[in-house]
Amino acid sequence: MVTLGHYLIVSGLLFTIGFAGVLLRRNIIIIFMSLELMLNAANLSLVAFSRFRLSAAGMPNYNAQVFVFFIITVAAAEVAVGLAIIVALYRARQTTHVEDVSSLKF
Amino acid sequence: MSALLFWIFALIMLGFGAAVVINRNPIASALSLVMCFMGLSSLFMSLDAFFIGIIQVLVYAGAVMVLFLFIIMLLDLRVETRRKTNVVAVGGGAVVALAFFIQIFFVIGQLSAAKQPFPPLSSPKVDDVHSVGLLLFSNYNLPFQIIGVLVLVATIGVIVLSKRELR
Repeated sequence: MVTLGHYLIVSGLLFTIGFAGVLLRRNIIIIFMSLELMLNAANLSLVAFSRFRLSAAGMPNYNAQVFVFFIITVAAAEVAVGLAIIVALYRARQTTHVEDVSSLKF
Repeated sequence: MSALLFWIFALIMLGFGAAVVINRNPIASALSLVMCFMGLSSLFMSLDAFFIGIIQVLVYAGAVMVLFLFIIMLLDLRVETRRKTNVVAVGGGAVVALAFFIQIFFVIGQLSAAKQPFPPLSSPKVDDVHSVGLLLFSNYNLPFQIIGVLVLVATIGVIVLSKRELR
């Protein structure tokens, strides 16, 4: 029997994979993909809670799905802007490696 | 049956998600990300969220991944050259990520609702596009329009950022 906890654990594992990717990888594009993994892990737990807490009519709670819709829209806009910044960075420095970009490092 | 499908799709999603982080070739990472999102979309559909599942495939596997592959090929990134890895940083990062997952695991273990199965729906016919659309244009009309402005700002921002010379 699949319970809410199974979905939450899978969502937590996906978030941890994304978190580890941000911490361990040094390629900006891979870091960016890991950020997408973390956003989607949050979406999975939102949809699981939407299915778990039914509305009065006995249907899933669609407020959470509207929220997921907004998150997907913002994530798509964020990817577009982020990749444009990476292209601008590559033009200026010819690198996508985070250790080569340390002007702001204290 | 549904439990078996849950495990299959969860394993596909987590396996390809790990492949995104492990692969050294950015193109292989991007393609693994597509498979990861396919598994995630199947999990959404197993939770009766068909609209979100379709949107996930259209937006992520369709639009966002094309953008990622386009940028990787535009920048002509090869397999990244091996550099001297900072052992302390990698080990510290792995420990932090592991500690984070253990925290999540115990918090979910404390949650009493996490042990209950999903309640059955009142009717098997799920018209979630209708319901989500109705909510989007009634209760969430203002956030919806603000999102529209945000997408416009992002479009203009991308064009300004990718101009060759900023004046």
